[in-house]
Amino acid sequence: MVIEARHVVKRFGARVAVAGIDLSVPPGICFGLLGPNGAGKTTTLRMVYGVTRPTAGNVRVFGIDVATDPRAVRSRLGVTLQQNVLIEALSPVENLRVFGRYHLLPHRLLDARVEKLLDFLELRSHAHVPVKQLSGGFQRRLAIALSLVNDPELLILDEPTTGLDPAVRLALWARVRALRAAGKTILLTTHYMDEAQRLCDRVAIVARGKILAEGAPEELIANHLAREALECECDENEVPALLDGLPVAHVLRAGARLTIYADDVASLADAIRRRDGGERRVMVMRPANLEDVFLALTGSTLEESEP
Amino acid sequence: MNLSLPHALAVWQRNLAMYRRTWKWNILPNFFEPVFYLTAIGVGLGAYVQQMGGLPYAAFLAPGLVCVAAMNGASFEVTYNIFVRMHFEKTYDAMLTTPVQPDDILAGEVLWAMTRAAIYGGCFYLVTTAWGLTPWHAAPWAVVVIVLSGLLFAAVGLVFSLQIVTIDLFSFYFTLFLTPLFLFSDVFFPLAERLSGIWLWVAEALPLLHPVRLARLGFAHRWSAIMLWDVGYILGVSTLLLLLCHRSIHKRLTA
Repeated sequence: MVIEARHVVKRFGARVAVAGIDLSVPPGICFGLLGPNGAGKTTTLRMVYGVTRPTAGNVRVFGIDVATDPRAVRSRLGVTLQQNVLIEALSPVENLRVFGRYHLLPHRLLDARVEKLLDFLELRSHAHVPVKQLSGGFQRRLAIALSLVNDPELLILDEPTTGLDPAVRLALWARVRALRAAGKTILLTTHYMDEAQRLCDRVAIVARGKILAEGAPEELIANHLAREALECECDENEVPALLDGLPVAHVLRAGARLTIYADDVASLADAIRRRDGGERRVMVMRPANLEDVFLALTGSTLEESEP
Repeated sequence: MNLSLPHALAVWQRNLAMYRRTWKWNILPNFFEPVFYLTAIGVGLGAYVQQMGGLPYAAFLAPGLVCVAAMNGASFEVTYNIFVRMHFEKTYDAMLTTPVQPDDILAGEVLWAMTRAAIYGGCFYLVTTAWGLTPWHAAPWAVVVIVLSGLLFAAVGLVFSLQIVTIDLFSFYFTLFLTPLFLFSDVFFPLAERLSGIWLWVAEALPLLHPVRLARLGFAHRWSAIMLWDVGYILGVSTLLLLLCHRSIHKRLTA
């Protein structure tokens, strides 16, 4: 295992940020912590790279206890923080050099790394322009480049695409996939269910400092709900008559909207139409997703559960 | 204590890289301040003062102002700049994702504050030498005094910066601490001639007093045993305060 966390707890005074988490991340996968802001994701990451000590439990990375030898652990991993930390007066190349020196990289090796990263994250066009003149997407790519300067085995990304526009997000996802394909292990946090679903081999759903469920995205959806979802408007008292005897895996109600999970919602919709008689009921069919799983597990959406 | 000098130097180099880009904008104000004092008080007011401490007034004033320039250089660095790096720019959070440890950051920042002190104090010393107010052959001693001033005020400022939670409090540090120090630490008048009895001993607690005395005696080649006490005070107090900083920087950065 690249990361092995056992019964990790973190308290800040009376507040419990992480309430007993177990994590096992094998090499070469992209592992996602999905949950709302304030769920304890960032604190968990901070314990993984050893800047925060767990109140209880222990974390091993590359088989090394992070608390006893943080330097050894951190020389082999890279972290992109939620907030970009760049020196605005300096250019991307200068920022990369400054960061490379924190890893004590020798000159030649650092030069070669900088060249490689300028290409890999498409920074070359503005390699010598002060960072403050660059766009948000460019700055984010540079922030990720900084965390790759030591050619880490493990890359930790805290909310990699929060606040970026859709095209930039897609481009960043492609880079993350390329890194994973190159054999790196990736641990990321996100509160976007589409990000978790598209990037991650395994996802842990986190709320209030606990992991509620963990597995491959399709597996989580299949185990907790069903492959597909059907949304329709319907009164509480109509439900039994409407769904009785139909192959329904799970039902969630939010106000007047009912979401029905089943493996084949098309035939379910036909059955409901037949029971409705001639009356036209608006129904939306879509694949079930991790947001639905979150909703089923916590009773609230990712957005609603923000503190 | 988990200190690695190469990592501390990497922190120092980060500041140097940035300073090389911005020095033109921030060296001038800090540098001119003591020059204005020297002109207004040393030359202007000094014209009405026959002698002070056995010297023409401007020559009496110059060594103290060299220390003040060094004090200012270090102080700005360890107050506003460090607070911004810690709380707004999150520079240290990023460093702590690498093998750099909190003690390396502390050491790197102290070295950098001493460097800034050396730049300001050194430039000002050159001005006073060109003016004929300090001897050029005192340059090696000037370097020692400036670096010691930098160390002392880096330590004092850091203790304060690592305790406070809002940047507004620095105006207290500058107005209620550094300004009175500047006015009452032997820079403008010989404290020993104005105080007596127990107050002479109380005055020895003032940090700026010690570098100023070292500079004035050393520049005049009047070496005396009291300078050992001054060096001892600076090294002792700095060590003590940096040990406090070692504890608080861990609390601040690794909670």
